[in-house]
Amino acid sequence: MSTHAVHHAEPGAFQKYFWSTDHKVIAMQYLFTGMAMAAIGGFLAYGFRMQLGFPNQHVPGIGLVTPGKYNALVTMHGSIMIFWVAMPILIAAFGNFLIPLMIGADDMAFPRINRLSYQIFLISVIVLLASFFVKGGAFGGAWTSYPPLSAKGAYNLTPIGASLWLIAVALEFVAFLLGGINFTVTAMNSRAPGMKMFDVPMVVWMIVLASIIFMASAGPLIAGAVMLLFDQTMATGFYDPNRGGDPLLWEHLFWFFGHPEVYVVLLPAMGIVAEILAVFARKKLFGYKTMLYTAWATGVLSFVVWAHHQFVAGIDPRMANIFSVTTLLISIPIAEMVFLYIATLYGGSIRLDTPMLWGLAFIAEFLIGGVTGIFLGASGTDIYLHDTYFVIAHFHYTFVPIAIIAVFGGITFWYPKMFGRMLNETLGKIHFWGTVIAFNVIFIPLFMTGVAGDQRRIYSYSQFQEQMKPALVHLRTTSTIALLVMLAFQIIFIVNFFWSLRNGEKAAANPWRSTTLEWTVPSPPPHGNFSELPTVYRGPYEYGLPGRADDYWPQDAQN
Amino acid sequence: MSSEHMTTESRVHHPDYVKIWAILVALLIVSVIGSMSSIRAVMLLAAFGVAIVKAYLVAKNFMHINVEKRWVPYLLIVCLMFMVVLMAGVAPDVMHHSGLHWENTAAKQAVEKGMQNAPAKHE
Amino acid sequence: MSTATAAKPIANTRSATGIPTAKLITWWVIASEIVIFGGLLAIYIMHRLGHPEWAEAASHTNTMAGAVNTFVLLTSSLCAVLAHKAADAHDGPKAAKLLRLTSLGGLIFLTIKGFEWTHDIHEGFVLSSGGFWSYYYTLAGLHGLHVLAGMIIMLIVAADAAKNQELQRVECVGLYWHFVDIVWIFLFPLLYIAR
Repeated sequence: MSTHAVHHAEPGAFQKYFWSTDHKVIAMQYLFTGMAMAAIGGFLAYGFRMQLGFPNQHVPGIGLVTPGKYNALVTMHGSIMIFWVAMPILIAAFGNFLIPLMIGADDMAFPRINRLSYQIFLISVIVLLASFFVKGGAFGGAWTSYPPLSAKGAYNLTPIGASLWLIAVALEFVAFLLGGINFTVTAMNSRAPGMKMFDVPMVVWMIVLASIIFMASAGPLIAGAVMLLFDQTMATGFYDPNRGGDPLLWEHLFWFFGHPEVYVVLLPAMGIVAEILAVFARKKLFGYKTMLYTAWATGVLSFVVWAHHQFVAGIDPRMANIFSVTTLLISIPIAEMVFLYIATLYGGSIRLDTPMLWGLAFIAEFLIGGVTGIFLGASGTDIYLHDTYFVIAHFHYTFVPIAIIAVFGGITFWYPKMFGRMLNETLGKIHFWGTVIAFNVIFIPLFMTGVAGDQRRIYSYSQFQEQMKPALVHLRTTSTIALLVMLAFQIIFIVNFFWSLRNGEKAAANPWRSTTLEWTVPSPPPHGNFSELPTVYRGPYEYGLPGRADDYWPQDAQN
Repeated sequence: MSSEHMTTESRVHHPDYVKIWAILVALLIVSVIGSMSSIRAVMLLAAFGVAIVKAYLVAKNFMHINVEKRWVPYLLIVCLMFMVVLMAGVAPDVMHHSGLHWENTAAKQAVEKGMQNAPAKHE
Repeated sequence: MSTATAAKPIANTRSATGIPTAKLITWWVIASEIVIFGGLLAIYIMHRLGHPEWAEAASHTNTMAGAVNTFVLLTSSLCAVLAHKAADAHDGPKAAKLLRLTSLGGLIFLTIKGFEWTHDIHEGFVLSSGGFWSYYYTLAGLHGLHVLAGMIIMLIVAADAAKNQELQRVECVGLYWHFVDIVWIFLFPLLYIAR
C-alpha cells in the first residue's frame, strides 16, 4: 500500500540552503563542511611532514615549525581528521542523504532535530577553528589530550586552545548523539511497507550500528571531558595525583570511547564498500546476515579491547593479558567481513569503474592495516612498538581506507544521485591511482622507521644519533615527498567535482543499474523524494538472477 | 508492518499511582532512618537496597517498562552492563592503590593523611 | 514556536517497530543518558571506595535537604505520570496542568538545592575543595542541568497539550522525567547518606 507524499511549497534561498530541514540539504552541509575540514587537515599534515622531511627549514605557507607549532599541527591534524572529516562525511553526510532514500521515506523522522544537529556541529567547527587564533594558538596536547599535559596550561603552553578544543569536541559529540539517534529511529520505524529488517541495504545498517556504538561509548568520555574542563579552568584535581586524582583515569575514559570510535567510522565505510561491490560485480552481497551479525559482534567486542592503547601506561599487567586476548579476538569478525567481500567478488561480472577501484583499494589497503594491528594488539610486541611510527603507519592503513578511500568511493558512486551529473571517469581514474600509489609510498617507509625506533610526536630527530642514520633520514624525506604528490593529486578531484557540477553529463535516475531505492527517484531527488512512496518486495541485492531480462531486479518492482 | 497514523494511547492500564507514590515516600523515610544506624549492613541496605527497590517501582509503574517491547529494557540493561565493564576495566588502576609490582604513593598518602585527621568517622 | 502538525514528514508517522516514533526516540535518549550518568557514577563509586577518608567530607552534606528533594522529585514524578493518564484519556488541559505542576516540582528542587549549595559554599566547600566535593558538585550539577532542561521541555509540551495537541509527547517527556528521578534516587544515598 503506497501513499502520496506531502506536497511542499517552494522555499526561498535562505530557507533552502541555510535553514532547511530537508535531509538531502543537511547532508550536503555536512559533506561540504567535512571536505573543507579535510583540506585543512591535509594542510596541517603538510606542515608537520615538511618539518620531518626537511627539518628546521622554513615551510611555505606555515613558516618555521617550532616544537610548539609542531605539537599543535599534529594535535589538530588528528582531531580534525577523525571528528570533523571522517565522522561528518561517513555518518552524517552519507547517513543523512542515503537513509531516507534507501528505506523509502520522505525525510528523517525528526527533520528539525536533524537541522539542529548540523547547527551544533557548525558551532563546534567555528570553536575549533577559532582556537587557531587565540593567544597561545591551537591546542598542542595531542588528540588524546592526556592530563596532566592537557590539564595544565603551564605544561601544554596552549591553555585557551586546550579548553576550546575540549568544548569543540563536546559540541561535536552532542551533534552526533542527536543525529545518530535520529538515524536509528528513522531506520527502525520509517521503513517503506514491505521492507523487513533484512531487506535494508547494508550501508544503512552499518550507519545505524555506528550511531549506536557511538552513543554507548561517548557517555563516560563526556563525563570525563567535563571533569578535564574543570581541571583546566576551575582548579579541580580530577586527574591530578597531587590532589587525589589519577591521570590514568582519563586514559581509560578516553580509550573506552576511543576504541569503539574506530569501529564507528569503520562500519559505515565497510557499508559503502559493500554497496559498491554488489553493484559493480553485478552480484548479490555474499552472506548478508553473516555480515550483519559479524558487525554486531564487532561492535560489542569493541567495548572490551580499549586498554590495548594503554599497555605501557602503567595499567595492571593482569589487565594487559585480558585485553591482549580480546584485541586479537576482534580481528576475527573483521577478517570475516573481508572474506565476505571477496566471496561477493568471486564469480562476479566485475566492472572497473572509478567507484569499484576505490572499493577494491579499500579491501587491499585495509588488509594491511588490520594485519599490522596484530603486532600492536599483542602486549609483548607492543612494548617495543608503542608510540613509534609503526603505530602511525598501522592506523593510517586503517584510517585512510576508512576516511579517504571509502569516502571517495561513496562520493564517486552517489555523485550522480546527489548532483544530477556524472563525474569524469578519466579524471576519476587518474585521481585514484595518484592517491593510492602515493598513499602507500607515504606510509610503508613509516613502518620501517617505526621499527627502527622513530618515536611519535617528536618534532626533530637531530638530537638522536641513532635516528639520524642516512637510511632513516632518506625514508622520512621519501614519505614527505609522497605526501606532496598525494596532495597534488587531490587537485584533480576538486576540479572534477566542481567542474562536473555544471558541465558533467546529465545523470539518469539509475546510471549504475542498481537495485536499491535511492536509484528509483530522479537525480537529484526532489523535495519529498518519492512522488509515490514505494512498497518493497525483495532484498537489496537481487543481481544476476537467471531467466530475467535485466541483470538486476529493483526492490520496489512488482514483477 | 507499518501504520500510517500516530498511536496516542499506550496499551497500559493505569494502576493507582498515588498508592505507588505513598509506598515510595515510605521507602524514602525507611532509608533515611535506616542510614542512621550504626550497623554497617543495615545502613547500606537502607541506602542502596531501598534505592534499587524505588528505582524498580518507578521504572515498572511510572515508566511502564514491563509493558514496552522486550528489547527496550534489554537495551537499557545492556547500557548499564557496559558501565559495569567500564568499572571492571578501570577499577584495578583507579580504585586500588597498589597491585602487582606497583603502588600509587600519592593516593596512599592522601588516604593516610585523611584517615589521621578524622579517625572517629571511619567506617 | 509552533510544534503542531504543520509539516510532519511521513517518516515521522510510520511505525515499523510498533512503537510510536516519539516514544522510540525518547527511549534512545534515555539509553544515551544512562551511559553518561552511569559513567560518571561508576567513576565516583570507584573513587569513593578507594578513598575512605572522603567519609569526613561527605558527612557535611545536608541529608535533610537531600531527603526533602527526593520527596519533591518523587511527587513531581507522580504528577508526570498522572499527566500521562490524563493525556491517554484525551484530556489535554488536565495533562497540561499536571505537567506544569511537575515543572513546579523541578523548580522547588532547584531552589532547595540553591539554598543548600549557598550554605555549603559559605562553609568553604567549593568545586575545588578536593576529591569528594569536586565529584559532588559535578554529579549534582549535571543532574540539576537535566532537571532544568526537563522543566523547559515540559512547559513547551504543556503549551501544546493545553490545546489538545501532540498529546503523545506527554508520555515521552514523562519518561525523561522519571529517568531524571531515578538518577536522583541513586544520587541521594551515594552523596548524602553513605558514610
